Amino acid sequence: MTFIDYFFLFSGMGLVTYLPRALPLLYLAHKQLPRWLVDWLGLIPVAILSALLAPSLFSDSATRSLQLGKPEFLVAIPTLLFALKTRSLGGTALIGMLLYWLAGLFI
Amino acid sequence: MHIREGTAAAWPICLGYFPIGLALGVLAQKAGLPWWAVAMMSTLVFAGSAQFICVAMLVAGATIPAIILTTFFINLRHTLMSSALAVYLSGVNRKFLALYSYGITDESFAVNMTRFRDGNWDHWRALIVNHLANAVWILATVTGTLVGQFVPQGAFGIDYALTGMFICLLVFQLQGRIYIVTGLLAAAISVVWYQLIPGDSYIVGASMSAATCGYFLKRRRRLRK
Repeated sequence: MTFIDYFFLFSGMGLVTYLPRALPLLYLAHKQLPRWLVDWLGLIPVAILSALLAPSLFSDSATRSLQLGKPEFLVAIPTLLFALKTRSLGGTALIGMLLYWLAGLFI
Repeated sequence: MHIREGTAAAWPICLGYFPIGLALGVLAQKAGLPWWAVAMMSTLVFAGSAQFICVAMLVAGATIPAIILTTFFINLRHTLMSSALAVYLSGVNRKFLALYSYGITDESFAVNMTRFRDGNWDHWRALIVNHLANAVWILATVTGTLVGQFVPQGAFGIDYALTGMFICLLVFQLQGRIYIVTGLLAAAISVVWYQLIPGDSYIVGASMSAATCGYFLKRRRRLRK
């Protein structure tokens, strides 16, 4: 592919990525949001985080089938306890890495 | 002050982005993309999963319109995040929001939402988080095309950095029974949805369904009191 091909491809991808990120914010930030919408949106972060995490902890990514006891899940338990205790974002990321690395060596 | 606090909030994201960016760079290089094309992609698109799929589709010989359409569907989930951010960015001028929106990713969204909710956070600090993450992403993906083949895979468990960060951000979000119930519902729905329906719709589908259930549970409890 030439420079122009890449430019068209990435500009198109950029546009369809940018618009869903920008339009709701540009529109809603200058509106008085109804109470129910604020309440509903308040539950979105916890729901999105769970939905991003859970399939990677409980499913095999190649076959998309239920898999319990994956190392990702086993490591998540002490990592979760560490997060509950310390509430440190960077620390939790590092502990998770360390445990996952050890799990890879021993399991 | 803004820069220091923004950096302190952003570094776990950067730590997680680096290995993923390297991996993307390696794959892109193997697929025949030159380093400048990867730099252009990370600058214009800035969306990890879509960029991985783009490289895979290029290898498979997909057409440009097909790749753009796929990107659109993968990144639709950001409409939800953008809407949720509007609660904290209300009244901020549109030029700022137009710049800010560029950097809304799963990770920057989760970090900034947590900070906004705890208070003591403003849109400038949030913007710094977005752009630091973006800078590291561009740097990492380009580095991947140049030196990535020399980095051993899975070194130091670095593949787990973002998972660890998400676990902690999830903990920050659990500020009451209704949040715990919503989180558990989203986890259960997403796992089932992920297994039954191909593609990425499980993220938006599960989070909207769980938030809606959580909302009605919360309202019913409020009405009963």
